[in-house]
Amino acid sequence: MTDNPVKDFATDWDHSDSQWVADPYPIWEDLRERCPVAHTERYGGGWFPATHAGVSKIAKDTDNFTSRTVVIGNGRPTELDLPAPIGLAPPITSDPPFHAIARRLILPAFAPGPINALEPMIRELCIKLLDGLDGQDVVNAGSSYARYIPPSVIRGMLGFPEEDIEQFLEFVHIILEGIDHPVEERLEEFAPVEAYFTKQIEEHMDNPRDDLTSYLLNAELDGQNLALEHVFGTMVLILVAGIDTTWSAIGSSIWHLANNPADLARLVNEPELMPVAVEEFLRFYAPVTMARLVKEDMEYLGCPMKQDDWILLGFPAANRDPDVFADADRFIIDRAENRHVAFGLGIHRCAGSNLARLELRIAIEEFIKRFPTFELADAESVTWAPGQIRGPRNLPIRILS
Amino acid sequence: MKVRIDPDICQGQGRCFSIAPGLFGFDELGNGVVIGDGTLQADTLALAQLAQANCPEHAIFIEE
Repeated sequence: MTDNPVKDFATDWDHSDSQWVADPYPIWEDLRERCPVAHTERYGGGWFPATHAGVSKIAKDTDNFTSRTVVIGNGRPTELDLPAPIGLAPPITSDPPFHAIARRLILPAFAPGPINALEPMIRELCIKLLDGLDGQDVVNAGSSYARYIPPSVIRGMLGFPEEDIEQFLEFVHIILEGIDHPVEERLEEFAPVEAYFTKQIEEHMDNPRDDLTSYLLNAELDGQNLALEHVFGTMVLILVAGIDTTWSAIGSSIWHLANNPADLARLVNEPELMPVAVEEFLRFYAPVTMARLVKEDMEYLGCPMKQDDWILLGFPAANRDPDVFADADRFIIDRAENRHVAFGLGIHRCAGSNLARLELRIAIEEFIKRFPTFELADAESVTWAPGQIRGPRNLPIRILS
Repeated sequence: MKVRIDPDICQGQGRCFSIAPGLFGFDELGNGVVIGDGTLQADTLALAQLAQANCPEHAIFIEE
């Protein structure tokens, strides 16, 4: 959180400002009308397109914008800081043409076939977590439920031992908390993570099996196995991209249902609505914004952009743009036409979107099956994660039945 | 009427085959593909249009 509060988001935006963190939607609405591309000198300079059209244009323009780094910080890694052409976490930090190669490698593992096969495992996991909450009047749906689901699923997919789950959660914490630390500091923080992953990689080399780690180790580029730094980078990506994102989406959805008993009652009584409801949860509470860097000085969308300026791609803001969505500021649980961009647009579409949807659907299905009526226990104590992934962290829910 | 997916535009958002699994499937990368030759009947046209209206990438085309 910044100690220098923003006075005007049009000329000085900051996505870690407490007002933005608490409730960004009125800010974005104002920016859409006034700018529609907001500017800041913070973080060394950056731009925030607030409309669907602006977000879409930049997300698809890999000629003028690089994904070398996608998380805003005060520093910027240069091309020389990163293993070329792989980048830190391929393919999210890769640009064309290497991007397509790195992405093609991982997409089959996240395609609907293998992902849908995980449904029984995810359901069992949710039921087990809910068993642990049984009998409590107030449960923390953030820290005791949503937070555990994605890491447990990903631990299972990577084929890391179940008894390592606490250690694994600690690594997730290191990776997510340090996400905007300078590169050198980050490498240092990563040491225990790297040691553990290296051990797992070695163990999988000796005993290959049917999991994501063995899949990456067997993958080939030009007839050669992947460089180990590529395997490691992709594992880190899977952790960074697959955990607080989905955990935030699950938490926001439960928060919504706690605040909107009519929507909760409809979902309980009409479970067939779940697929469209999931898309509306994703539109209305899209958790993820991603960054780009401007490649060269240029005039773009009427803005004098400079090389290495940040672009914050507000997919959640695009999802509230009234030019694209009727009643954009209303949550409509059975919204039939919903072209939301919660998973991004263009070549960097979230590779884990099928998994995220599945986890979100099952997590909500099982939660409302166990607790068909509930409300917020203490609205004031709900905290929202700052930064580029938005979702409730502390989420006390009073169980009514 | 026929429906087609432009493979150069499709990014595997996955909406079409969830909404209309009889009309659309997916390839090994998870990108959408039309099942059969894409010919639409009166009852499947509306479903194809719904899938089209939900594709974030605007990759679905319905043509004479």
